[in-house]
Amino acid sequence: MKAPDADAGAGTTGAPPWPAAAAAVGEIASPAQPARWLDGLRDGLLGARGVQHWGGAIALVAVGLLLPFLLGSFRLELVAKYLCLAFPAVGIVLLWGQTGILSLGQGLFFGMGGYFMAMFLKLEATTHSDSSQALSQFYGSTLPDFMVWNSVETLPWFWKPFQSLPLSLAAILIVPPLTAMATSYFPFRRRVGGVYFSIVTLALASVASIVIIGQQGYTGGVNGITDFKSFAGMDLESPRVSWGLYYVTVALLVGVVLFGRAVMNSRLGKILRAVRDREDRVRFSGYDPAMFKAAIFAVAALFSAIGGALFSLQVGLASPSLVGIVPSVEMVICAAVGGRLSLVGGVVGTVLVYAAKTFFSEHFAQYWLYFIGALFILVVVFLPRGLAGALEQLRGARARRAERA
Amino acid sequence: MTFDTIAMQVFNGLSLFTVLVLMALGLAIVFGLMGVINMAHGELMAMGAYATYATAALFERFFPSLMGIYFLVGIVVAFVVTFVFGYALERGLIRFLYKRPLDTMLATWGLGLILQQLFRSVFGPREVGVPTERWLEGAWHITGSISLPLGRIFIIGLTIVVSATVYLLLFRSRWGLRIRAVTQNRDMSGAAGINTARVDAVTFAFGCGLAGIAGSSFTMLASTGPTTGQQYVVDTFIVVVFGGVDSLLGTFLSAFLISQQQSGLELFLTGSMAKAAMLLMVIVVLYFRPNGLFAMRVRR
Amino acid sequence: MTKTIRRRQILKGSALTAAGLGLAPLMRPRKAAAAEPIKVGILHSLTGTIAIAEASVVDAEKLAIEEINGRGGVMGRKIEPITEDGASDWPTFAEKARKLLDRDGVACIFGCYTSASRKAVLPVMEKSKGLLYYPTYYEGLEQSPNIMYTAQEATQSVIAAVDWLAKNRGKTFFLIGSDYIWPRTTNKIAKPTIAKVGGKVVGEDYFPLGHIEFSSVINKIKASKAEVILSTVVGGSNVAFYKQLAAAGITGKSQALLALAVSEEELSGIGPENAAGFLSCMGYFQSVKEPANEKFVKAFKAKYGAKRVTGDTLECGYTSVYLWKLAAEKAGSFDVPKVVAASSELAWDAPEGKIKFHKSNHHLWKHARIGEFGKDGQVKILYESPLIEPNPFPKIL
Repeated sequence: MKAPDADAGAGTTGAPPWPAAAAAVGEIASPAQPARWLDGLRDGLLGARGVQHWGGAIALVAVGLLLPFLLGSFRLELVAKYLCLAFPAVGIVLLWGQTGILSLGQGLFFGMGGYFMAMFLKLEATTHSDSSQALSQFYGSTLPDFMVWNSVETLPWFWKPFQSLPLSLAAILIVPPLTAMATSYFPFRRRVGGVYFSIVTLALASVASIVIIGQQGYTGGVNGITDFKSFAGMDLESPRVSWGLYYVTVALLVGVVLFGRAVMNSRLGKILRAVRDREDRVRFSGYDPAMFKAAIFAVAALFSAIGGALFSLQVGLASPSLVGIVPSVEMVICAAVGGRLSLVGGVVGTVLVYAAKTFFSEHFAQYWLYFIGALFILVVVFLPRGLAGALEQLRGARARRAERA
Repeated sequence: MTFDTIAMQVFNGLSLFTVLVLMALGLAIVFGLMGVINMAHGELMAMGAYATYATAALFERFFPSLMGIYFLVGIVVAFVVTFVFGYALERGLIRFLYKRPLDTMLATWGLGLILQQLFRSVFGPREVGVPTERWLEGAWHITGSISLPLGRIFIIGLTIVVSATVYLLLFRSRWGLRIRAVTQNRDMSGAAGINTARVDAVTFAFGCGLAGIAGSSFTMLASTGPTTGQQYVVDTFIVVVFGGVDSLLGTFLSAFLISQQQSGLELFLTGSMAKAAMLLMVIVVLYFRPNGLFAMRVRR
Repeated sequence: MTKTIRRRQILKGSALTAAGLGLAPLMRPRKAAAAEPIKVGILHSLTGTIAIAEASVVDAEKLAIEEINGRGGVMGRKIEPITEDGASDWPTFAEKARKLLDRDGVACIFGCYTSASRKAVLPVMEKSKGLLYYPTYYEGLEQSPNIMYTAQEATQSVIAAVDWLAKNRGKTFFLIGSDYIWPRTTNKIAKPTIAKVGGKVVGEDYFPLGHIEFSSVINKIKASKAEVILSTVVGGSNVAFYKQLAAAGITGKSQALLALAVSEEELSGIGPENAAGFLSCMGYFQSVKEPANEKFVKAFKAKYGAKRVTGDTLECGYTSVYLWKLAAEKAGSFDVPKVVAASSELAWDAPEGKIKFHKSNHHLWKHARIGEFGKDGQVKILYESPLIEPNPFPKIL
C-alpha cells in the first residue's frame, strides 16, 4: 500500500535523533511536556495540509448537527447507531491506513466499552426500576435478572466497580487501551506482524465472544445485557435524552477525528507512516517501533471502546454479536469503503455501509446480502483507496485540468 | 477414568485431527503458498458439501441402484465444482489483487456473503443432509466399549489419500516444481519460461478444490447450511497460521496439536471452554513463535 | 432436475412472494373506497445462522394471514404483512422492531425465535407500546405487558418429560445442551425434577452453538452409562450430534434419548434413519390427531409443497396470527392494551388442540406431547399430557 503522502515517511531520509522519538511518544503517552504537546496539536489542527479538507468536514458536521431537526426519532436513533460504529472505523484508519497494522479484533474493544457501560446501566436499572424490583422481590434477590436465574448469589467482584458512574467511565477509558497495550506490545516486540497479528486479534475477539456466551451467569450469555431504564437518573426513553445523547455522540466523534488528525499531522504521525512503509529502517534509526505500534493500537482500542459505550446507551443492549469476528471484520470494511487513509472517510464509510445495509434489508429483505457483498468487492477492486481516495483523485484531476487551462 | 475412555478420546482426537487437516490443506496452499487471504474459503467448503448433496439427489432420482457409490462420485463432483469455481475466481478477481493481500481479504469476505445468500436462494435456508452410505454405517467394535465409527475411519483414510496426493503433486511433479518456483521467485520463474499466470490460476483452483473435498467429506459428520462455511473458516485460519503459513508440514503438526489439545480438554472442561482455552493457547504460542510454530525460513 | 430441486424452486418462489409482499405497500396505488388494510409486522431472521429455523415460521405466519384475508380479514380489514429481516443479529432485531412500530405503524408483530432476539426487542416493544407474538418454546422467566408468548415455557415441557422418562425409560440422566440460556435454564428446572422422581444426573455438558464435534461427549456418555440422555442441543448441531451417535453405535433401540428441541423440521437435516427410535417432547407434532391439524397440514402442504413438514414453532406461529385476530375481534379494536386485555383466557381450537391464554401471565395453557421418531421422519405420539398451566417464574429454581 503506497501512501499518497509517502513523502512524510521519516524513516526514508537520514536518521532522526533519538530525543525526537521520545518527544513523539510523549505526545500521546504522557502529557509531561504540555507545551510541546500543544504545539503538536496546533500544528495538527491547522497544518497546511489539513486546511484544504476543512470545507467538506465542516459541511459534514453541520449536516450532523442539523439531522435531529430533519429526521424522526426512529431514523435519528439509527444515525446515532451508525455514528457509534464509526468510532472503531476512525481508530482503524489510524491503525491500518497510517501504521499498516490490520486488527480484526476491534470488536473486542468495542465490546469492552459496550459491556462496561451496560454493566453500569444494568445495575442502575436493577436498583431503580419498578419492574426489576418486582422481579427482585419475587426471587428475594437484588442482582440483575440473568444472574438470578443462573443461580449467581452474590455480585461478582468485577461487577462491583460498575455500581459507580465515575469508576465505570474510568473503566471504559482505561481498561481497553491498557488491554490493547498489554496484548500487543510483546507480540510487536517479537515482530509478530502482518497477517499473523490480524489472526491473533481475530482469535482474541473470538475467545471473547465464546467466553461471554459461555459464562452467562456473569455476562448474560448470548442474550447479552438488555433492558436498561435510565442513565444516572436520566430516563433513556425520553426523546430529549436521545437528542442529547445524539449530540454527545456527534461531539465526541468530532473530538476523536480531531485527535486522530492531530496525531496524523504530528511527528508521531510521521513515525507511524514510516513504520508502515519501512519498519526495519525505523528500527535501525534507533526507534522502538513496537512501542509506537502498541501505542496506536491502544488509541484505536480507546476509540472503539468509546463507540461501544455510546452504542449501549443508545441502542439499549450489549450483545456478544458485537464482539465476535463478523462485526470486527465489518468495522474494517467500513474503514476501507470510506478510505483507509482518511479519518473523515472512515466516518462517512461507516455511515454509508450501515445505511446501505438498512436500506437494502428494508426494501429487499431476501436479497440484501447480494448488494452488500457486491459493494465490498466493487469498492476493493475499483476504489482501492475508498471514497476518500476517489474524491482526492477527482480533485487532483480537476486541479491538473485547471493548471493546463 | 478408564483406559477405554482414554483410548476412545485419543481416537476422537485423531479423527478431529484429520478433519482439521482436510479443512486446512486447501487454505495452506491458497494462503500459505500464494499469500491469498481467502475469507470465502469456508463458503467453498460449503459449496463442496452442497455439490455432494446435489449428487445424492441426482443419484436418488436417476440411478437409485448406484446409491452405494454416490458418495465417492460426490467427492469428485465437489472437487470439480470448486476447482472450476476457484479457477474462474482467480481469473476474474484474485489476480488483480495479488499485490494487495489485505484487500483480497475484504473482497473475498464480500464474496463469502454473496455465496451464502446464493446457497440460501438455491438450496433453501434449512440445513440439508445427505443419506449415510450403507457401508459407512456402524462401527468397528474392538472391545466392548471401544468402537471406532466407520465414517470416521473413512475420513482418516481419505485424509491420507488427499495428503499423499498433495505431497506428490507439490514435491514430486513438474507442476509442483513450477508452483514452488513461482512462489519463491516470481520474476525469475517468469524469465525461465514458466507461465506464471497459469500456474497461479491452477494452484489457486487446486486449493479451492481441496476445500471442496473437505466440505464433501463433512457431510458425513454434519449437515450443511448457508452459513456452515463461516463456522469453519476461523478454525481453518487458526490451524494454518499456528503451524506457520509457509510450511505444509507445519499445518499438519498444528492440526495435530490443536486436535489433541481440544479433545483432551473436553474431558475436563465444557466444550465451549475447551475451545476458548485452545484459542488462547494458540495466541500465547504465537507470542513466542511469531511466525507460527513450525515456520521455515523461505527466501522470497 | 430432480424433484428436490424443484421443491427448492417453489421455496424460491415463495421467497419472491415474500419480497413482493414486503414491497407491496410501496407499489400499490391507494384505494380510498375499500377499508384500509391493517398492517402487521413479521420479524424473523431471513439471513444468518438462525434463518435455518426461522424461515419456515414466516411461511406459517403468511399462510395464516392469507387464510384470514381469504375469509374477509379482521373486522372487515385485510391484513397486510410487512416482512423485515432480523439477520440473526440482536441489535438488528431491535432496529427492525422500531422500524415496524414507528415507521410502519403495525398493529402487532409476529416474530423472534431466539431468546436473545426477544430480549433485544423487548425494550423497544415496551417503549413504543407495541405488541409482539413470540412463537418459540423458551426458558420462561419473563413476562412483558407487550409480549404474548404462544409456545411453551420451559416447565411446560421438561417437567412432563422427566416424569415420563423416569416412569418409562430409566432414572439416570445425562444432560447435554447447547451453551446458552434456554438449555441451561431448562436443565436447572430438570435437575430438581429428576431428584424429586428419585433419579440421578450422571453428567452435564454444554457446547457452543453450531458446534459439530460431539465424539468426545459421546465417549463421556458411554462411560457414564446413563439410561437416559436429555438433549437440549439446538439447531444445526443436532445433525452432527445424531449422526455421530449413530456412528458410535448409539441408536434408538439401545438408548433412550429425549430431545427438547428437535421437531419434524430439524429431522430433514438429521436424516430420519439417524433419529429413528429417539424421543422428542413438544407441544405439537404433525401427527396430532385433531381436525384443525388435518386442515392446517393440508393447507400448508398445498401452499408450500407436499414434501414440507410442520413442526412445533411453525404451528405456534400460525396459531399466533389467529390468536391475535380473535383477541382483536373480541376487543373490537386493534389497540394494544385492549387486545392484550381481550386475550385473557382467550381460547382457540388450534392444530395442537384446544388451547387458551392464562388469565394474567400472557402464556398459553398447553399440552406436552412425547413421541418417538419413525423411519419416515414422523412422530408416533406415546404420551399426551392434559393442559398444563404456564408458570414462567417457577419456584424450584
